[in-house]
This record gives sequence, C-alpha cells and structure tokens, in this order.
Amino acid sequence: MAEKSDVLQGTLALMVLKTLDVLGPQHGYGIARRIEQISGDLLAVNQGTLYPVLLKLEHEGSIISERGPSENNRKARFYRLTRAGHKQLQAETRDWEQTTAIIARFFEVKAEDLS
Amino acid sequence: MRFMRRFLERLANFAGRRRADQRLREEMDEHLALQTEENLRAGMSRGEARRRAVLKFGAVESVREGYRNEQSLPFAESLLQDLRYSFRQMVNSPGFASIAILTVAIGIGATTSIFSVVDATLLHPLPYPQPEQLVRIQDDLPGAGARDVGLSLPELWDLQHSGIFQYVSAEGAGSVNLTGASQPARIFFKPVTPNYFAVLGVKPQLGRVFDPQDQTPGFNLEVVISDGLWKRAFGADPGILGKSLRLDNDTYRVIGVMPPGFRDQGRTSEERDTELWAGAGFAGDPAPPPMRSSRLRLEAIGRLQPGQTIEAAQSRLDALVASLQKQFPADYPLQSAWTVRLVPLSESFVGNVRQPLVLLLGAVGLVLLIGCVNVANLQLARASARGREMAVRQALGATRTRLVRQLLTESLLLSVLGGLAGIALLFCLKGILLRMVPDSMPRFNAISISWSVLLFALGVSVFAGAIFGLAPALQAGLVDPSNMLRQEGRGSKGSRSQTRTRSALVVSEFALSLVLMIAAGLLLRSFWNLYKERLGFNPQNVIAVQTWLPVPNNPESDIYRTATQEATLLREILRRARSLPGVEEVAVGDLAALPLGHGHNDLNPYPLIREGHETQGKQAPIIDGSIVSPEYFRLLGMTLLRGRLFTDADVETTPPVAVINEAMARKYWPNEDPMGRHLKLNPEKSSWTTVVGIVANARSESLEEAGVPQIYLSVYQRPAKDLAIFLRGRLDPAAIPEQVRRQVQSVDRELPVFGAKMLPDVVSGALSQRRFSMETVLLFALTALLLAGLGIYGTISYVVSERTREIGVRIALGAQRKSIMRMVLRKGITLAVAGATVGLVAALIVSHLMAGLLYGVSPADPLTFVGLTIVLTTVALAASYIPARRATRVDPIIALRYE
Repeated sequence: MAEKSDVLQGTLALMVLKTLDVLGPQHGYGIARRIEQISGDLLAVNQGTLYPVLLKLEHEGSIISERGPSENNRKARFYRLTRAGHKQLQAETRDWEQTTAIIARFFEVKAEDLS
Repeated sequence: MRFMRRFLERLANFAGRRRADQRLREEMDEHLALQTEENLRAGMSRGEARRRAVLKFGAVESVREGYRNEQSLPFAESLLQDLRYSFRQMVNSPGFASIAILTVAIGIGATTSIFSVVDATLLHPLPYPQPEQLVRIQDDLPGAGARDVGLSLPELWDLQHSGIFQYVSAEGAGSVNLTGASQPARIFFKPVTPNYFAVLGVKPQLGRVFDPQDQTPGFNLEVVISDGLWKRAFGADPGILGKSLRLDNDTYRVIGVMPPGFRDQGRTSEERDTELWAGAGFAGDPAPPPMRSSRLRLEAIGRLQPGQTIEAAQSRLDALVASLQKQFPADYPLQSAWTVRLVPLSESFVGNVRQPLVLLLGAVGLVLLIGCVNVANLQLARASARGREMAVRQALGATRTRLVRQLLTESLLLSVLGGLAGIALLFCLKGILLRMVPDSMPRFNAISISWSVLLFALGVSVFAGAIFGLAPALQAGLVDPSNMLRQEGRGSKGSRSQTRTRSALVVSEFALSLVLMIAAGLLLRSFWNLYKERLGFNPQNVIAVQTWLPVPNNPESDIYRTATQEATLLREILRRARSLPGVEEVAVGDLAALPLGHGHNDLNPYPLIREGHETQGKQAPIIDGSIVSPEYFRLLGMTLLRGRLFTDADVETTPPVAVINEAMARKYWPNEDPMGRHLKLNPEKSSWTTVVGIVANARSESLEEAGVPQIYLSVYQRPAKDLAIFLRGRLDPAAIPEQVRRQVQSVDRELPVFGAKMLPDVVSGALSQRRFSMETVLLFALTALLLAGLGIYGTISYVVSERTREIGVRIALGAQRKSIMRMVLRKGITLAVAGATVGLVAALIVSHLMAGLLYGVSPADPLTFVGLTIVLTTVALAASYIPARRATRVDPIIALRYE
C-alpha cells in the first residue's frame, strides 16, 4: 500500500505542476477534472488524494493559492505556479524523461543483445 | 540535517494542525459540491449526484488521516489523546487515583529525601575543584601495631620533592584563643603549610592566601580567616586586610578572607568548622626540630599530578618509601614495616557514612518497590473490571500495542503526578526531615533539594510508573475480545493468569518487606546492645567545660610552662568551681580524658617503652594516654581494681606515677604483675614512670570498643594545655558555663571558657548516626509491613469476590462455614509462606552485606529471623481474616442469583 501511494504521490505532484503550467491558475476541482480528462480511465485515482498533494506542494513553496471567484461565482481557492514551482517542474520533467528513457531502453533490450 | 528540518516542520504542523486540517476539509467540501453540481447538470437526481461525487472522491476520512500522519507527529498526537483519556479515567475513579498517587508520593518523597543526602555526601563529597586528584596521605607502622602515626617533617619534604604530587600540605588542627575582642573567643583553627590552599585549589574572596613557596620555618604570622569569622568578629570590615589580631598572645596579620561557601576538609566536624588558618613551616618554634624520628601530629593531604591515578601514584610512592628505608635504616627499622598509603580524600571524608547511607537508600528503594507492587495490584484489580472496555476497544479495531500504550500512559500519568506530589511533600517537610539527620553527617550543610535531586525524583517516578504499569498493561494486551464479550451480563471474571500475576506480586511484596524488617530488626538489636553496654563510667549529672591555656610561639613567655606553675592555676580553678551552686565534685583533665567527646586530633598517642622489655631496633607500641587530676576517676565512677589512684601528693618533684587500665595490663604485661613496673612515654627522657594502679576498662574512646589500652597520667606531674573541667552534681546546664567562665577568668582573665557539654548528651550523640539509620530503616520497615498487609488484604478480597458464586454453591451444598474460612485463610498463608521463604534467603544475603553495621548480633541471628517471620505471617493472617469472614457470610441465594 505505502509504496504504491508513494509512486502515485510523486507522479500526481508532477501532473499537478504540469497542469498548472499549461492552464494557468486553477482551483482544485479544475485540476482534478483536467487530470481525469487527460489520463482517462487509465488512472483511477481517488480524487480525494489530490488535496493532500496540493497542500504539500503549497507548503513546499512550489505553488501558492488565493481565494477568488470561480466560473459560477462560487468562492474557490485558486492555485498558481510560483517561480520555484517552475524550476521544480523543469527539473522534474528532466528527471522523468531521463527515467522513462532509461526504462524504455531496458525494455528494448533483447536477450541476444546482451550476449 | 534533513531529518531535523523535516522533524521541525512536522513539529510546526503538529502545533498548527487544526488550521491545515480545516483547510483540507474546506477544499474537499468544495470539490464535492462542484462535482455534485456537475452531476446535477448531467441530469442526475440530487441524492444520486451527491452519492456519485462521494464515490468518485474516495474515503474522505482516510485521506485526512493519511495526510495528518504524514505531515504531523502521529506519536505525539496519540500521546495527547492517551493523556486526555487518562485524565478522564483518573477523574472517573478518584478513589483509586488518590490512593495510587499517595502511595507513589510517599515512596518517591522518601526515596528522594534519602537521595538528597546521598547526593550531597557520597556523590559530591568534596566542594573543591578536581576533587578526584585530592588524596589523604597516611602512614602506618603495622609492625608496631600503629596506624596513621603522622609524618615527620623530613618525610613531608621528601613527598613534596618526589614529583608524585602537584602539592603536598600538612595541617594541624586545634583551637586557639582569639583575644582583643570583648570576650576572649575560642575558635577552631588550623596551622597549615603555606601551600594548603593551593592543594585545595580554592581562592579567597578578599586578599590573598599564603604564598605556596613560603619557606618560613615556624609560623609566618599570616592568617586567613573564614567568611563567618569575618562577619561575626569583624563586622565584615572591608579594610580587614593587614589588620592584626592576637592568637594565644601572639600577634598575626590577616591577609585574606575565604569565600562564604567555603568549608574546610577534615575528619571531624570541628575540623570542617575551621575558621582561621595560620601559615606555618612546622620546622621552628613551637614545633620540635625536624627529625625523621619526631612524628608530628599532622594530617597530610596532596593533590596528584593531572591525569595520574591513585594506583600509579601509590606504586611510585611505594618505591620512594623503599628507597628511604634503605637510606635511613635506623629511622625505619624493618620490624615496624613503615608504609605510606594514599586514600582518596573523599573516602576519608565520607567513608564511615557510606555503608549506612547505601543501606538507607536500599531500604527506601525497597519501600518504593513495595509501593509500586501495591499500585500494580490495584491496577490489575481495575484491569479485570475494565476488561470489557478493553475488549470493546479491541473489537473496534484498536491494536494491542495501542492498548498497552494507553494503559502505560495511564500508569505514567499516575506516577509522575505521584512524583510531583512527593516532591511537594518533601519541600513541606524539609525542615522536619533535616532535623532527623545527625549534625555529625559530613557535608550536612550541603544537603538540599538541588536540580540533580529533582531530576532523580522525576527519573524514579517514570521508572516506578513503568514498573507498576507494565504488568497490568501486558495483561490487558492478552485479553481475548471474543471471549470477554461473550461473558456479557455475567460479571467480569479475571483470568487465571491475572490471579497468578497478582499472587506473584503479593509474594514479592512479602519477600521485600521481610528483608526490610529483618534489616531493621538487626539494626535495632545492635543499637540496643550498644545502648545497654556497660560504659565503665557514669555520665549522669556530669558537665564538662573546656578551657585552653595559651601556647605562645616562644616557650620562654609561657607562664604555665612547668607542671608546678600550671598546678597552682588548676588548684585555684578547682577550688573556685567546687563552690558553685549544686556542684558536688570537680576534676580536670585534658581533652583526651573527655569520654567519647574528643575528636581524632585530641588523642595523645605515646610510644610505650617498658623497663625490661627490649624495644631496641623495634618501634615501640603506641598507646593512648589521658592526663587527669586525682578526682577524675571518682567523679566519673571508674572502678579501681588494684593499687591506688593519684593523690594530691603526686607532684612535679615526686617520682612520676601512672594508672593504667585493665586492657593495657593484659596486653603489655600478659603474664606479669604490672604493679610497680616502670615505663617511659618518651624515649628521650631518662626518668621512669611507675605504674601504681589499675582501673577497670571504660568505653571512653568509642562505644563499640571495650578494651582499648589506656594510660592515665597526673596533670600535676605532666601539664596539659587543652583542658576540660568536669563538674558533677545537681547542676543547671544553662547557668553552669557562665558561672565557670566567671570563676576561671577571675583567676586569669585571658582564659577562654567554651564548649560546655553534658556527658549524657555526649553519650547519646555518639549513638546518633546509628540511631538515625536504625530509626529510618525501622520507619521504612513498618511502612513496608503496612503496604504488604494491604496488598495481601486486597488480593484475598479479590479472590473471595471472584469466587463468591463458587462459595455460594459450596454453602448451598452444605459446606461448613469453618471450612470455607479455612479455605480462604489457606490461600493467604500460602502466599505469606512463599513470600517468607524468598524473603528469608534475600534477608540472609542482605544481612551479611551489612555486617559492618551490626554490633553484638550475628547477621543470621535466629531470634530476629524467626521472630519477624512470625510477625509477618501473623499480619498476613490478620489481613486475610477480614475477607475470609466475608466469605463465610456469603448468602447462597444471592450468590446464585448473581448468575
């Protein structure tokens, strides 16, 4: 259990950062919708787990939040990337690409290549 | 570092957790609302829309909890929860809580009070920097049967130049007349070598101390005074430095004042109360010329080189002694086997109280342990009542560790509260408790409730809580919820293992209290043996008042130099004292003649040379002597066995005579008649002293030793400077010192009169340390007995209430009340016998460890062992009798309806 949520949390944070980078300031519900849209049914995340991640990111200074009116004039909390968040996103994107590239290469390797 | 930062973050979150939690909840609510709205827009009914939203969102609570656990300190959080719950539990059962807290409070209070004494004396014996470097240097002549004979000056110099020590100092001890003030005052003073304060490493608050390199042979006429004397006699005069004061008719200059907290080192409380130090080289007047053979009555202490251990220093010292013996064979004959010993200064300071204090600490520890066992027993009883609660909590998903932790928290809360109450108790009773401690306790003034004592109390509280909390907590962890819950409505029934645990606790309680009681019993018997010991002298109605004839540094100016000069003074003082109201008899003697009241330095050891016994090439035996006036023996009621006592006709011009005691006659003239024999107490003197009488032994040196060889000399033949005037009669102890002072000073107005002592007080004072440990251990033992009785009462009551149904059935089936009673009592007796068996073995071990504290009673004294075992068993019987009677009164109908 614990391991799985670790992985999820890590990737979830990256997804949140990327979403905010692409769409600009968003409230929690919007981020959840967006992630759901993009990942489709492939990623069956409990939407609830998003909020601890948001709080944590904010606590770490990658994003900040402020209250503002949402589309239908409800008061909602909007999240926005900070400069540190941008940097973090870039670094993590690089890391992620590196990791996926390495993993991909491992998958490409066939038995005869190693002999 | 990262870990630290993370921890600090969590800590901050822990403090502000409400805010974050609040926010999380708000956000989630908002999310759900938005999702619901959207679902509504998609055409769902309101209820369905909400349900779908919640389903999609997932478990709100678990998300929140997960977040909390990660961001905050789950341990601290559940601790707070446990504490809150424990407080509620406590308030719910105030009876149990107050009994538990009180028991712990008494235990902790008593333990802490004894620890405060131990802390001051054994743990911090010396109030000087680097105390571990300080040693006392003692030399013995085992061949001559003499210990601690004192160094000669050349030996002291050898030590100073040996390189083994940073400094070696020598000090005398005595008292001196301080004149010039309104009253001649008598103060404790020490002539010390100028490096004395360098050895101790203490700096003055005002002025300076002696120059350690000072080489003046005699007194350098400089003195350092204590803070107390400075304030008392000089009104804390800031211009005291350089002023002169007169001591025994010589003039000295004050060069320094010691700081307020400074206490001198020494073996007696007089030495520790020293108020004035005079620098002296001990090589000139009034000391004899420095020769190896003339041993000075000086104490030597030294400061070892940094990093040097005592063992290493001792082995270097042994080598030095061996080479000196080769170099001066005449001074160190092989037979006398001269040795020099290094003893840690702290050892010679507190050595004689270590054993009693350790005993007391052990005893009080046992009381605390018994208290803990009692509380554990109470907890167990409650645990069986709370069995259902535990089972329900377990069924609802509490883990065992969580339950154990909860119960431990409850115990710790009780014990810490008990500890706090104990400390509060201690603060309230401080005055009374301190009065119980004999003044003769070294470092008496340093006893206080310090931070280390408080820390100790806290540590012990936590430890106690862990002890009495562990058994019940582990027991609770073993509860099987399904079984427990199935018993619904049948009244809770303790498990078998619980009863076993309780029995084991009671057995250990009994064993512990038996150990304590036997220790107390042995101490009591020792005390009683000493108390009723025939003293050999009669202290009743005797008051001793001290005076001192000044000893000027120049012998020529001493007006009481010869025995005849002094005799005139003494006869006049005695004549005047005899006329005081109520006085029946008077006598005079030196301080060594003051029974039990003299310090180590007041003894006068003499080398004993007997005519006809070859002592050439062999060190003469050393013997203690007293100088007395003829009336001394009759006044103290000492029995003359043979020959005669001194008379007024024995004076300086008649042949010198001596009276010896029985022990001396036996030891030094084993198969001969000592009457009329000749002896000398100074090898250089040519005239012989004749033994004219033998008196019975008296315990005048120590209560414990009956047969110490003693020789008595007449004060009219051999003058003494440190004098005690003895008065017997119907005296008014409040008025006598002043009356004697007036009479003495009407003869010589320069003489101080001080230190009036009633001999019965002196005798009981000699017993004070023993009385202290005896009374304290006795008190502890009685407490232990009470606690053990309560423990067995509680356990038997519990057993009875548990078996009420069974007893009801038995009675219904026709069992005799008597046999029911017997059945219950048998349970109590079994526990008591098991406890006594374990306790007897433990007591035997303990009593052998404390053999050094016993007097006239064997460590395995059958009377004490058997008697106290019977007492304990009787208490057990009595404690089981009450529940046993209750058992016989069980009404079978009620008991069965209980079903």
